[in-house]
Amino acid sequence: MTDIRYVAPSTLEEAVGAFAAASGAARILAGGTDLLVQMRNGVVKPGTIIDIKKIAEMTAIEELPDGRIRIGAAVPGVVLAEHPRFGKAWPGVLEAINLIGSKQVQGRASPGGNLCNGSPAGDSVPAMIAAGAVVTVQGPGGRREMPVEAVPAGPGRTNLAPGEIVVAFTLPARPKGSGDAYLRMIPRTEMDIAVVGCGVSLTMAGGVVTAARVGLGAVAPTVLLVEDAAKALIGSRLDDAALEAAAAACRAACKPINDKRGTIAYRIKVAGVLLKRTAAIAAARAGGN
Amino acid sequence: MSKLHVSTTINGEPVEFLCDPSASMLDALRGPLGLTGTKEGCGTGDCGACSITVDGRLVCACLMLAVEAEGHEIGTIEGMAQGDELHPLQRKFLEMAALQCGICTPGVLMASRALLEKNPDPTEEEVRFGLAGNLCRCTGYDKIVRAVLETAAEMREAAR
Repeated sequence: MTDIRYVAPSTLEEAVGAFAAASGAARILAGGTDLLVQMRNGVVKPGTIIDIKKIAEMTAIEELPDGRIRIGAAVPGVVLAEHPRFGKAWPGVLEAINLIGSKQVQGRASPGGNLCNGSPAGDSVPAMIAAGAVVTVQGPGGRREMPVEAVPAGPGRTNLAPGEIVVAFTLPARPKGSGDAYLRMIPRTEMDIAVVGCGVSLTMAGGVVTAARVGLGAVAPTVLLVEDAAKALIGSRLDDAALEAAAAACRAACKPINDKRGTIAYRIKVAGVLLKRTAAIAAARAGGN
Repeated sequence: MSKLHVSTTINGEPVEFLCDPSASMLDALRGPLGLTGTKEGCGTGDCGACSITVDGRLVCACLMLAVEAEGHEIGTIEGMAQGDELHPLQRKFLEMAALQCGICTPGVLMASRALLEKNPDPTEEEVRFGLAGNLCRCTGYDKIVRAVLETAAEMREAAR
């Protein structure tokens, strides 16, 4: 690790300028829980490290007047857990973020880093997709917004343009009767990478689902938004037939790989099982809101 | 390659040091700063032997660049005892022999203190969850968990 330049700009404009000027030789540093490991393993050898944590917007949690919540891309999991209201509005997103690594990792790891690392198994991503979160991205061409599901391009790759930096996640206002949840299947009880991860967000009125979104992780080259699963849930009372239809949609969306954590057949089966369990938790939470 | 100058606070004392841009906080602590109580296990954030606090929050020193310490409050195991007086966790770990080879112990103590600061009355499960980021290569977890629970009870009693 020699000849690295470290910069910690205080404005986004400077950060974007430095990132674009390095034309691919720079890496963004938020929590560093992936970057420093990759540098140590020699997987990445950045010429410049751009630490974005001195940019106020990157570490802010803002509750907007219309009920939306905006989270800076570099906010660590522990800070979201300490926030008095974030976890009440979005318990599923919070539990997904808080599943990333140990307490020590939570002290640094951020949802922005989890998304930009591009892992199909990133825990926060399915929950953010289920939540309908939108990312704000800033690059040399200015600012734009994109849904979270549009960011991953494949393992380790994103659809961000050269020089673009993820600035924040905006989660929509929560209508009454809403709840979300995230479950992941791992062979151990803690500290592991998802074999399957499932995020579900529901809005219910009188026991009937009026809105739903489903995100599925670790079963394809990118984390997936499973629209057919959501369609199967909307209009239902989460009866067995609706849940089975949604589970079938999840299984149909899977394009997994065999690896040491799970086989293709196992991942596909578990995707359906997790959908049902996650939807049940989200529904219980919706009922309490 | 020029070194970077860092001004920070370590265990309450203002400290300045020089580091390479790519040096980790662990490199700085164990190198120029001579604070070797923080151990290197895996170097990839999996084992927790290098647990420190930054502004009171638990992190792995191996997953942080040394230069990021600029302007922050760093806490290490060297700051845990007050002079000759051991922290209750340190005392209880000795009393109950909650260590074998000892390399994980500084990190376990830092994580245990962080846990008890947030949750003075944890269940056994909460202790195990709170220490899930700390690996003991001797696998002596049971005594560690019991020592943390005992310390928590003692500290609650002392606070009454």
